[in-house]
Amino acid sequence: MQWDIVIGLEIHVQLATQTKIFSGTSTAYGAEPNTQASAVDLAMPGTLPVPNENAFRYALMFGLAVNAEIGRRSVFERKNYFYPDLPKGYQTTQLDKPIVGPGYVDVDLANGETKRVRIHHAHLEEDAGKSLHEDYHGMTGIDLNRAGTPLIEVVTEPDMNSAEEAVAFARKLHSIVTSLGICDGDMSQGSMRFDVNISLKPKGSDTLGTRTETKNLNSFRFMEQAIAHEVERQMDILEDGGKIEQETRLYNGDRDESRSMRTKEEANDYRYFPCPDLLPIEIDDSFIEDARARLPELPDARKARFKGQYGLNDYDASLLSSDAKLASFFEEAAAHGKDAKLTANWIQGEFSARLKAEEKTVTESPISGAQLGDLVVRIADNTLSSAGAKKVFEALWTGNGDNVDAIIDAKGLKQVSDTGALEAMVDEVLAGMPDQVAQFQNEEDPKKRKKMLGGFMGPLMKASKGQGNPKLFNEILLKKLGG
Amino acid sequence: MTISRENIEKVAVLARIQVDDDQVSALEKDLGNILDLVDQLGAADTDAVEPMAHPLDAIQRLRADEVTETNQREAFQATAPATEDGLYLVPRVIE
Amino acid sequence: MHNKTVAELARELDSGTVSSLELTQQLLDRIKKEDSKYNSFITVTEEQALADARAADEQRAAGNATPWTGIPFAHKDIFCTNGIRTTCGSRMLENFIPPYDATVTENFRKAGAVCLGKTNMDEFAMGSSNESSYFGAVTNPWGLDNGEKRVPGGSSGGSAAAVAARLVPAATATDTGGSIRQPAALCGITGLKPTYGRVSRYGMIAFASSLDQGGTMARTAEDNAMMLNVMAGFDPKDSTSIERDVPDYTATLNEPLKGLRIGLPKEYFSDQLSPAMEEQVRAAVREYEKLGATVKEVSLPNAKLAIAAYYVIAPAEASANLSRFDGVRYGYRCEDPKDLMDLYTRTRAEGFGNEVKRRILVGTYALSHGYYDAYYLKAQKVRRLIQQDFANAFKEVDVLMSPVSPSPAFIQGEKTNDPVTMYLEDIFTIAINLAGLPAMSVPAGFVDGLPVGLQIIGDHFAEARLLNAAHQFQQVTDWHQREPK
Repeated sequence: MQWDIVIGLEIHVQLATQTKIFSGTSTAYGAEPNTQASAVDLAMPGTLPVPNENAFRYALMFGLAVNAEIGRRSVFERKNYFYPDLPKGYQTTQLDKPIVGPGYVDVDLANGETKRVRIHHAHLEEDAGKSLHEDYHGMTGIDLNRAGTPLIEVVTEPDMNSAEEAVAFARKLHSIVTSLGICDGDMSQGSMRFDVNISLKPKGSDTLGTRTETKNLNSFRFMEQAIAHEVERQMDILEDGGKIEQETRLYNGDRDESRSMRTKEEANDYRYFPCPDLLPIEIDDSFIEDARARLPELPDARKARFKGQYGLNDYDASLLSSDAKLASFFEEAAAHGKDAKLTANWIQGEFSARLKAEEKTVTESPISGAQLGDLVVRIADNTLSSAGAKKVFEALWTGNGDNVDAIIDAKGLKQVSDTGALEAMVDEVLAGMPDQVAQFQNEEDPKKRKKMLGGFMGPLMKASKGQGNPKLFNEILLKKLGG
Repeated sequence: MTISRENIEKVAVLARIQVDDDQVSALEKDLGNILDLVDQLGAADTDAVEPMAHPLDAIQRLRADEVTETNQREAFQATAPATEDGLYLVPRVIE
Repeated sequence: MHNKTVAELARELDSGTVSSLELTQQLLDRIKKEDSKYNSFITVTEEQALADARAADEQRAAGNATPWTGIPFAHKDIFCTNGIRTTCGSRMLENFIPPYDATVTENFRKAGAVCLGKTNMDEFAMGSSNESSYFGAVTNPWGLDNGEKRVPGGSSGGSAAAVAARLVPAATATDTGGSIRQPAALCGITGLKPTYGRVSRYGMIAFASSLDQGGTMARTAEDNAMMLNVMAGFDPKDSTSIERDVPDYTATLNEPLKGLRIGLPKEYFSDQLSPAMEEQVRAAVREYEKLGATVKEVSLPNAKLAIAAYYVIAPAEASANLSRFDGVRYGYRCEDPKDLMDLYTRTRAEGFGNEVKRRILVGTYALSHGYYDAYYLKAQKVRRLIQQDFANAFKEVDVLMSPVSPSPAFIQGEKTNDPVTMYLEDIFTIAINLAGLPAMSVPAGFVDGLPVGLQIIGDHFAEARLLNAAHQFQQVTDWHQREPK
């Protein structure tokens, strides 16, 4: 049987505010346990929440960026359940009256098509703390530093039909929130977490199947794997004539396994009701205009500009515009490097490979955009060979010098491009290799000739102390050998 | 209105309060009486009425995003039932 | 000295006839000697009080005195006090020492007042008789001479009894459905519940957030005004507190009452009220007529629904507010929990008393799936109807007057077996909380030797007018000066 896959996402986006959503406690990552948990965060008796202006501002910016209706009057509700990482015994969240209403995001797919994914709504809420399951005499340890960190939970319509589409959407969303600067986008620290709702239906059917929810996926790769895994699991059940249970599942990326999350209660009954410690929030025109004025260039607009301004092709423009930090690195480099295409190649090649190898982000790069641009200039004007360029890159990366020209001088990497001097070297080398010259001239197979030509390059580079321009050497050789 | 034993037990689980059989019997009577009292609400015509959340229909004020709290872990944990290495301890949580 | 009012003590301290240290020591001695009869204090903070009194005397000597510098008083044990045990009348918080102050507590500290201790109360402010306290019932100072142990009312029964017994001249209190006015009435003292949002709720342990309001208890209206001057005001830490200027409530106490329009809600003079009680209240109203006020009957047609709406909204909010008491971060934790569920369910079963558990369960039920619309949403709509009734009444009159409670202080144990009968104690006070209005209880006579209170209700932020009306009444009556034997 043929199946249609139906996917909807719920994405928790941690907002990059200085303080928590309801208290003036710092949200900086990585502090000692419970040192960023104040009386309000710990739900000490009598304490009360006061909402953070920036949480609303950021949520509004997100709403504007995804073409959404703005909830002019939004209300916080209490979602009641007991868990040790939830100090109040309820999560303060939004239900019927969220800050961000329906909107949409257009996603570029690998096949060149554009897919529109509708946003159902996005609401503001507080994050929970963390349970640490290392053994404390058979007990679990609770760290409440994260409790109260502002989140927006973005809920999509079930508009995606494959893992590729879901991941493309997720990447696009990541790119939007990081471009807006409302989230640091660091998925390894849990700044963005994905819940995936998946169901199958017979191909062409209008009736949605029973869905499952796979929770807390914190990388694009795990998300892709989890979807593939769940689709296969459901397909196996359905094709055996079984039924899908509506349930929440946990995916273990390291083992490519998933299991049902057991809930002790027969059904969750969250007993939502409007939080009486907080009043309705009214968003007026001036607050919306203020948020609009803060909107930076968004990925779609940036991509179009990269194509026009730098003459990049669609692929390069897409890659370099999606991440706000990478995009600004590229722009800094291109401003110095003049040759945008060559700059783009270097960023996507050597630079990205090195970041990946050392698990660094763009902002952690030891090389600045300006330095990379300077390097590109020296490649473009033939001062550096590609081997020389890699040596300069290495020196910059490891901190052995910070000025491209100074490194070239210090390491003697400047190519000799004076044709007269190069010709003299070629004459001298050829004179010392008469047999090889004769062999070359008798050879008819162009492939072999090409290989034999390479045999002269070694001695030539040696003669030029590595500084001869290989391209020019090649040209001169061919001329002299009558090639 | 009456409330069944089963409902009382369900609500007690939701509220995380242990109740024994005798208590359930007492609660059956008391909660039934309270719900009878509360059922008077049904008599009110509230069709065109907006629910009231705040007596003054006030609007929420927002706080500037500035750090005002300092680390007071020691003071807070002095009153905690069980802590270790700065963590609050609870019986093992199974996910 | 123990018979003097706050205003009188302030003058004595100012003139130097007594020091704060002497006054504080006298009252501490009196508490030690007398309070075993009433059980009005949960915690007496002798050392801290003496230190604060010395500091207050120094402040005064340095010429930095406020009207409250060196005045002894007490806090209801619902207000968090930095470094001082705050129990809320519950086993759950038997050993809880908050490392922070409530805003109200902080305000009194800044004013230089000397807190003698924390007064007893119904557990988590849930009760009308002060019998649900984990620390034992409070006994009303009135009726003891007949050998009767009567309730002081609740939930601020400790504060009311302590003020009535002259252990302190003033005490803070809170009112969610009548918890200031009813015990003030039953103990023959003066109490004020301000407009919702007038006094910060920060650090005041929550019962029902949209109804709770901190307020004042003392023997005179003037002292209530002095207290409110310290307590009232916007607090950036409480989102529901109101940004609005605070007048000097003592400045308008002597305004004449000529032309004051009084409304008597006919629903509050129903057959639930005993004829003897009604006669006392009507006599008080006649005093106002002598002072130049006019009186007319008004109607609050939805008032009869107030108890029903209240017993949905208050338990619903309480059920969530009390979820934080889970044995994880502070407070009581059961012995040897075998797993997480056991930790929660036993901690809460052992840590909370019966009335608290009952209300949590009612609230949980009212919010649970399928009942939200029928109960909670409906109650919030009825609440608006009730508020509109009051708004309509205040188009015609300046204040409303009524009884506070249907009967005077009853014997301990009389109503503990039937929660609903107990709930009806608040039949005349609850609607005021639902509407967020300010209201006072003023001593207005006696029935069978037991005090009767007159309730004066004002429009939002009419505290100054209420205090003025109560003060003028107290210039021509002496009910508030009567002392229990």
